[in-house]
Amino acid sequence: MTKKKKRKLTESTVSPEEKAIKVSEVFSKGDTTTKLTFFVMGLNQIKNKQWVKGLTLLILEIAFIGWLLFSGISAFSLLSSLGPNKVKRTITDASGFPQTLQPDNSVLILLWGLIACLVVVLFILLYWFNYRSNKHLYFLKREGKAIPTNREELASLLDTKLYATLMAIPLIGVLAFTVLPTVYMISMAFTNYDRLHAVAFSWTGFQAFGNVLTGDLAGTFFPVLGWTLVWAIVATATTFLGGVLLAILIESTGIKFKGFWRTIFVIVFAVPQFVTLLMMAQFLDQQGALNGILMNLHLISHPINFIGAASDPMVARITVIFVNMWIGIPVSMLVSTAIIQNLPQDQIEAARIDGANTFNIFRSITFPQILFVMTPALIQQFIGNINNFNVIYLLTGGWPMNPNYQGAGSTDLLVTWLYNLVFGQTQRYNAAAVLGILIFIVNASISLVAYRRTNAFKEG
Amino acid sequence: MKSYKTQRRVSLTLRYILLALLAIVWIFPIMWIILASLTQNNTGFVSTIIPKTFTFENYTQLFQNKSGSFPFVSWIINTFFVAVVSAVLSTFITIIMSYTLSRLRFAFRKPFLQIALVLGMFPGFMSMIALYYILKAINMLNLGGLILVYVGGAGLGFYIAKGFFDTIPRSIDEAATIDGANKWQVFTHITLPLSRPIIVYTALMAFIAPWTDFIFSGIILGNNQAHPETFTIAYGLYSMVHSQKGAATAFFTQFIAGCVIIAIPITILFVIMQKFYVNGITAGADKG
Repeated sequence: MTKKKKRKLTESTVSPEEKAIKVSEVFSKGDTTTKLTFFVMGLNQIKNKQWVKGLTLLILEIAFIGWLLFSGISAFSLLSSLGPNKVKRTITDASGFPQTLQPDNSVLILLWGLIACLVVVLFILLYWFNYRSNKHLYFLKREGKAIPTNREELASLLDTKLYATLMAIPLIGVLAFTVLPTVYMISMAFTNYDRLHAVAFSWTGFQAFGNVLTGDLAGTFFPVLGWTLVWAIVATATTFLGGVLLAILIESTGIKFKGFWRTIFVIVFAVPQFVTLLMMAQFLDQQGALNGILMNLHLISHPINFIGAASDPMVARITVIFVNMWIGIPVSMLVSTAIIQNLPQDQIEAARIDGANTFNIFRSITFPQILFVMTPALIQQFIGNINNFNVIYLLTGGWPMNPNYQGAGSTDLLVTWLYNLVFGQTQRYNAAAVLGILIFIVNASISLVAYRRTNAFKEG
Repeated sequence: MKSYKTQRRVSLTLRYILLALLAIVWIFPIMWIILASLTQNNTGFVSTIIPKTFTFENYTQLFQNKSGSFPFVSWIINTFFVAVVSAVLSTFITIIMSYTLSRLRFAFRKPFLQIALVLGMFPGFMSMIALYYILKAINMLNLGGLILVYVGGAGLGFYIAKGFFDTIPRSIDEAATIDGANKWQVFTHITLPLSRPIIVYTALMAFIAPWTDFIFSGIILGNNQAHPETFTIAYGLYSMVHSQKGAATAFFTQFIAGCVIIAIPITILFVIMQKFYVNGITAGADKG
């Protein structure tokens, strides 16, 4: 038993002596098989009877070389031009018949080219793994230690190398469905992929960035960015404040059936957003229920156009923020409730004995503590609001349209504008990709600054 | 003393009134949705609050699908299929991912956590066109492709579950290791049985997502407008009011009825699960 334990504690880390070995030493002092393993992956492992590892490496190398020869190289060579044939043209073939040549599909060429890059990167990682394993075998032999058998190697996959076993499938998913699409879209920002170049497009460098930042889209980008930031700040602040106040109201002494009150508010949040928001759009329509009620109560004489195509931009923006409060306050309320219930009561008790009133206690004790715990969550909410597609798309659809904007309305955020650029009339895919990158930069810089600040706050 | 008592009573009454008012504001549009689904109204617009005549016709018509273009029953079957399969696979992936990142130590761990954070900052729509072409290239613009998209994202949705695993004391693992268990045995025999709450939570969230997502399902299934029976509920209902000209008015009350049908089970699930949800958020928040 003790022997087993010792093995587990030492095996997990690579010893410093092994780390010190250089590539040149493995290559020059290793035996022939060790040398050959630099070129034919898995040989040394097979020689040392680590069949599974050795054969897997060997088969993967053969597969990689085969793939490279038959499709990889052509995928790479097409990547530089994104396909040589940019226009539809007619040629005469050998037997004299005219033939129509379709332009090359750059969308697919780019996709396969990027997949090829990904495969090469994965192969380099595999090669590095092969080298490490080869070096380990060399090290074990040099020190005269026992080489792990095939069985031991496999057993380590469930123990010291369990992370590799468990992460393999999720990582493939992340690579295929997050990394690859993201890289694909980033690369589209450097092309002229739009309605005019819908099939065959080419690399154009930073031209699309120019269009968005200083060109014809700049007049839309900066106002929309401004509204996006205002919206994110106001939406985050109102839902947070409202949620905290509501939680304090429900949690205050004397209120009975706290769970019941909480549930009423939670229901709103629990109903799928596409239901509540589409219904809210109906509810707030010029002919909708809310105007009906207000008219019946004689509070207004004409129906108010809250979010329609012809509504006032300011009214629409304020309406969106109010509807967002209606959706967002219950979430903040739930979270602040959990925090309030865990606050140390003795401080509050002490303050009350010292004569502090409810408002003072809230301002000086409760609120700062809630804010402290919730800061990271607030940063996430802020970023979530910058990217809050649902509320805008389902509620207003970006309306009212703004004649000064290209493909965006007065309530459009950067993300909904991005969506319009792709799926709307304009089909400016490259501009949409640029926008995605710019949104990423905004998100990343805000969270970077904010996290720095909160860390400083915590330490100080 | 008496004045203090009356002061408290006034304060409590005021708070009750405020709470009741707020509750009405919050619950009123929800009530309106339910009432509208029971309204007999084929002009499309429901501008009255209390329906003049109550009817279940919207619900029955929804299931009968007389128009032929809104096969609600097929939508339910499709969505159920997608939801069950992707909930099982996503839960599996999320749990092993968060366990690995919380409990195992390896060279790539820190960089991976940072990369995951950075990837999360790209707007999701950016990758949509790419996903569309990837799925088109492998001929998967169908429910299978939709499952792939939902499950493919599960590898990055580990924050809440990781927060949970971080709270299980490490000493339990160490004790088991000293007793000779390998890490796989620690995972399957100790951590998994302890983590039933987070497994249930992850599975439910993964199950609910396909019921409410209309964007991805719209992009992946939306080009097949000739076959509405391939839609999921969320996109089907969305198409009911958006895609077809004139459908918005003719099918509006049926649309609401459909919304109520899917919203009720999800709402109930969520109200039951709210405790886990809060724990997840605050656990994640605490880590910074």
